[in-house]
Amino acid sequence: MPSLFRLLLTIIVLAVPMAAGAKDQLAIGLSQFPASLHPNMESMMAKAYVLGMTNRPMTAFDAKWQLVCMLCERLPTFDNGLAKRETGADGKARVALTYTLPADAFWGDGTPVTTEDVLFTWEVGRHPQSGVGNAEMYRRILKIEAKDAKTFTVHLDRLTFDYNALNDFQPLPAHLERDRFSPDPATYRNRSLYDHDSTRPGLYNGPYRIAQVVAGSHLVLERNAHWRGTKPDFDRVVVRAVENTAALEAQLLSGGVDMIAGELGLPLEQGLALAKRDDPRFQVIFKSGLVYEHMDVNLDNPALADRRVRQALMYGLDRQGMSRQLFDGRQPVAHTQVNPLDGVHAGDVPTYGHDPAKAAKLLDEAGWILKGASRRNGKGEALTVELITTAGNRSRELVSQVIQGQWRALGIDVRLKAEPPRVFFAETVTKRRFAHLALFAWVSAPENVPRTTLHSSQVPSAANNWTGQNYTGYADPRMDTLLDAIEVELDKPKRVELWRQLQHLYAQDLPALPLFFRAEAYVLPRPLTGVEPTGHQDPSTMWIEHWRWRP
Amino acid sequence: MSIWLLGRLAQAAMVLAVMSVVVHGLMGLMPGDPIDLMIASDPNLTAADAMRLKALYGLDQPWGQRYLAWAGQVVQGELGYSRLFAQPVLAVIGPALVNSLTLMLSALALSLLLAVPLGMVAALRPGSAVDHAINAFAFASASLPTFWLGLMLMLVFAVSLGWLPAGGMQSLGGDGGGVIDSLRHMALPVATLAIAGLGQYARHTRAAMLAEAGQDYIRTARAKGCGPARIALKHQWRNALLPLVTLLGLEFGSLFSGALITETVFGWPGMGKLINDAVMGNDFNLALTALMLATAMTLAGSLLADMAMARLDPRISLR
Repeated sequence: MPSLFRLLLTIIVLAVPMAAGAKDQLAIGLSQFPASLHPNMESMMAKAYVLGMTNRPMTAFDAKWQLVCMLCERLPTFDNGLAKRETGADGKARVALTYTLPADAFWGDGTPVTTEDVLFTWEVGRHPQSGVGNAEMYRRILKIEAKDAKTFTVHLDRLTFDYNALNDFQPLPAHLERDRFSPDPATYRNRSLYDHDSTRPGLYNGPYRIAQVVAGSHLVLERNAHWRGTKPDFDRVVVRAVENTAALEAQLLSGGVDMIAGELGLPLEQGLALAKRDDPRFQVIFKSGLVYEHMDVNLDNPALADRRVRQALMYGLDRQGMSRQLFDGRQPVAHTQVNPLDGVHAGDVPTYGHDPAKAAKLLDEAGWILKGASRRNGKGEALTVELITTAGNRSRELVSQVIQGQWRALGIDVRLKAEPPRVFFAETVTKRRFAHLALFAWVSAPENVPRTTLHSSQVPSAANNWTGQNYTGYADPRMDTLLDAIEVELDKPKRVELWRQLQHLYAQDLPALPLFFRAEAYVLPRPLTGVEPTGHQDPSTMWIEHWRWRP
Repeated sequence: MSIWLLGRLAQAAMVLAVMSVVVHGLMGLMPGDPIDLMIASDPNLTAADAMRLKALYGLDQPWGQRYLAWAGQVVQGELGYSRLFAQPVLAVIGPALVNSLTLMLSALALSLLLAVPLGMVAALRPGSAVDHAINAFAFASASLPTFWLGLMLMLVFAVSLGWLPAGGMQSLGGDGGGVIDSLRHMALPVATLAIAGLGQYARHTRAAMLAEAGQDYIRTARAKGCGPARIALKHQWRNALLPLVTLLGLEFGSLFSGALITETVFGWPGMGKLINDAVMGNDFNLALTALMLATAMTLAGSLLADMAMARLDPRISLR
């Protein structure tokens, strides 16, 4: 028996893999495996990351946060005549947009991408039983007119400043999917080829196509022979999912994967530790973006309904120090929900530096007087806040502890609570069951109008089936007016001014307490060039054809 | 025997029915549902969308009605579709089950291969230095958290020495590398699970062997001039096997429910991870089928253990 064991061990140990030769394959580590591969069903970052390499939406935001055509020849605008104003029967402004699909756009089986695919996608998207999650975009489309095999006109029910963005419109291959959808739309979500025969080349129109799926483990992507654009550098891309980030890092260090995606990889603190190790094989790029870490305030709470108390809480925080100490200064302090990289960011909003004296003065004015170690109001009640966040998120737990310490120094009793993300997001926050403060993040797009988080009509309640994301309960007619105005203002300078007013109001009123814009750690092998982290929801893989291996 | 068997099968069917109610009920009691989570992550989801999706997935129905619909479907042999993976439940479970069985059976075999001799050696020299050393090793192996052990093995053998892959089931790309490649990928997760299980089997073997050591038949065998090796292997071991068989019978179900932590650490797509994802994602069809399978296998293991004990010990009869 011992000799059998020795033999087995010898075979295993001696069979060390041969050193990698020419780089024909890139292995990417992710911390999540995409459950479904259908482009238009549930949204999931792992899926968006993979489909970024295999499929193209009509439009997207690039790394410079500019709207660009991904599957169209030109963005329709009023200047180039491809966008035309229309007026509905109700007198409201509408718009007609003409897009042309690239002449050389093909599915992976050689079938051209045509207006038939566009019409089919719209049909699936607006069907009430198709299972598409966010159907709002499809509902906004009143009609699509096919001019020819490549050109079509979309009629939208309203004219907004982002009228020509069809970022979520991912064409589906009608020649493959129609047979799956038409007989029974209600069961289409369970019969789509994207999940039943994922390696069909005809499902993909990007630089790569999915060649192998090992559920829960990895996906293998191979070059799409019918891709029209720049030829990608790698014959094959493998995406391996390792949920445990310590194990993911071990995979990287042992050569199991070549890189770790920033979009869905190591938490920042782990990325910082890796960067400090200064391993010559890797470079770590930190990209701050549109993930806005903040504390939502429950404005139904009488103490927190007082703006002076919220401002005092802000002055009591040393966010710059937190960023420096906890995140090596990689996470910029947020002053509003608009990122400084966004074109509509206002640089002159009121800011809240660390000023305990000012905080104390504001609390005194609000009637919370320091008695002994705690602040109390006229009725003798102590100023107490419960700060709740997601359990298991080390960064947030650390930040919560620092906040607790800094506010305690002001005499505020701070109680910390951490909940599993599922409970936190599906119950506590969504149903406004947090007593005082909830620490979490919003992910948005460039120039994303915060209607759902700030408009008074978006406060979740049982009556609206707990939809809307205005969890704070913020209701200010000035904010509602600004939100309504921004959406329909087409003139950029005028819109920027409206955005400036919105940010000023936000910074003064503080419906949420801004903390940081989260940074993500992209761990890349040194020879890999051309990877441009975007900092927004469109993943860097959407431009994978420009990634190059330069040893 | 056949009446006993029928009785046990009827009991098993009842246990499964009760378990299905309990599991379905507990999942139904979990806060939030997938659509609630979708609302939190998608700002464009309207109230109408939320209601439409809840109706589509049957989440707008009362719990009892949902359970009856599921049970009726199962009775007709229809396990349904996985909500998360948009595929038939069996198509999702099949590969994960094979992966888990491969991993767990290998680990169990390796664990027993090492634990039984160690337990026997310790029992033959109770109180000796060897016994103390084996005991200490057994306690350590039973106490080590598997995630820590897995990561340590990974750091030593994959990162530092570079002998073995850090995770996954096969080398990426190409045809995967064949049997040797698969064995190399299995080495660390199997070692982790084997080491973690080794302690309890060694301890049980030692305890069972010691319990038998004082029996009359052992004394008789010794008086008749039997050598220590023959006594240990031929007489003592056979009777000491009984508690071990019971333990193995109860462990049988876990072969089918996987090992969540080890699977997560080593990126091994098995049943543990699948069940966890299904429960957390409110994928009722998938979670219930997988958990029912694990329960059924535990019951089957217990049944097999009883039958094996009757076979090993003539004093036991199945009635």
